[in-house]
Amino acid sequence: MLDFVDTVETAVAGIKDGSTVMIGGFGNAGQPFELIDALLDCGATDLTVVNNNAGQGDQGLALLIREGRVRKMICSFPRQSDSWHFDAKYTAGEIELELVPQGNLAERIRAAGAGLGGFFTPTGYGTMLADGKETRIIDGRGHVFETPLSADVALIKALTADRKGNLVYRKTARNFGPIMAAAARHTIVQVSDIVPTGALDPETVVTPGIYVNSIVRVTGRTDSAGTTAGTAEKVA
Amino acid sequence: MSFQSNEKSLTTSDIKRPDIKTADAPLGRNDLARLVAADIAPGSFVNLGIGQPTLVSNYLTEEQDITLHTENGMLGMGPEAHGEDIDGDLINAGKIPVTELPGASYFHHADSFAMMRGGHLDICVLGAFQVSATGDLANWHTGAPGAIPAVGGAMDLATGARDVFVMMTLLTREGASKIVETCTYPLTGVGCVTRVYTDKAVFFTGPQGVTVRETFGCTLEELQDLVPVPLTAAVGP
Repeated sequence: MLDFVDTVETAVAGIKDGSTVMIGGFGNAGQPFELIDALLDCGATDLTVVNNNAGQGDQGLALLIREGRVRKMICSFPRQSDSWHFDAKYTAGEIELELVPQGNLAERIRAAGAGLGGFFTPTGYGTMLADGKETRIIDGRGHVFETPLSADVALIKALTADRKGNLVYRKTARNFGPIMAAAARHTIVQVSDIVPTGALDPETVVTPGIYVNSIVRVTGRTDSAGTTAGTAEKVA
Repeated sequence: MSFQSNEKSLTTSDIKRPDIKTADAPLGRNDLARLVAADIAPGSFVNLGIGQPTLVSNYLTEEQDITLHTENGMLGMGPEAHGEDIDGDLINAGKIPVTELPGASYFHHADSFAMMRGGHLDICVLGAFQVSATGDLANWHTGAPGAIPAVGGAMDLATGARDVFVMMTLLTREGASKIVETCTYPLTGVGCVTRVYTDKAVFFTGPQGVTVRETFGCTLEELQDLVPVPLTAAVGP
């Protein structure tokens, strides 16, 4: 079921305490800042968040962490020069961390969306991140079993949606968007533009609308710092 | 371009050299980057890690026609972007704004790592804390108590690329060799490193042990005094 909603607040209103939320973006590219701000305002807490990182600076995911709303982070690269809010919570023992190699994180998300029960990967074999996991030698090479990673909700950012929910992205802001859209039971997308059905060339659609549940238009453009400024607008 | 198997592509032809070369002085970071760049086969698909490996891109020539991969979803990455070219939606794995070259392509994260793990990437160049005699790599975590671990794509790159080149200084600030019998830092990957480019020498690592292709500012004997694993010259039989 696909809904076009007027505001980011309406889009995230159904997110419950204790939910697992996938948040798209790699650093600031593709991070759905306005949806995250709305999640912050809606008060949902005790969240498990899946993202490549654990927030940068004083915006987006970093604020959700600062406010103590994230119980657990599942990510590949939490520690950055400006990840001070995560660093403080982690050092204080106030947030749980599941560290996953980036490609395994992406493939676990993809596996969930593709209905797979997991996969054997050579990545991480023989390292501490494989501790306690099932291993197997396949064609003479060590592999680690990794489980699928699904979510209650995905918050992602795309460039354009059509009225069927088909999405196209922009440059490296695509990153985790397509796989998170497929892995979550409810996918909420913020887009810069909504176009009529038929206006997107079917050959260029990246995420088919079957994976999308809720779309909100957020105007604003990417600035040089990689952040977006803008507000949700009524869909014309 | 030849069709190669998925196996690490270091062959005996790579290490058959009449004599090892010896330069007068240790190599600086830029000279080392130039050397790595010159060793990359034309037409290769390459991922350059964050930090020192990024310097390699400064020395790749147009004739080499190298395609750079960045794991956040792009092939055909161009140089760092400046001024008006900066676009927050176009960044590299180090989250630095970059540019796109003609013929570039974008893809999602699972595809990006699938092409790496699937053996389609010819070479990645990474930094390291330690490399073992058999090519184990440690470059992601010091294991220090209280350190916040962050792995990113390091394990995927180390395991996925056909050849893993390491660029590092041979010695730590304290003077200890970073080429070791067994890594004491937490591993990134097992038996994955094929070459190590350092300021004092170029090494081949693998099941055959450590061989030396060339030295900079020292003899093989002097090098052996610094490195706690047996070294042999990488010369043909």
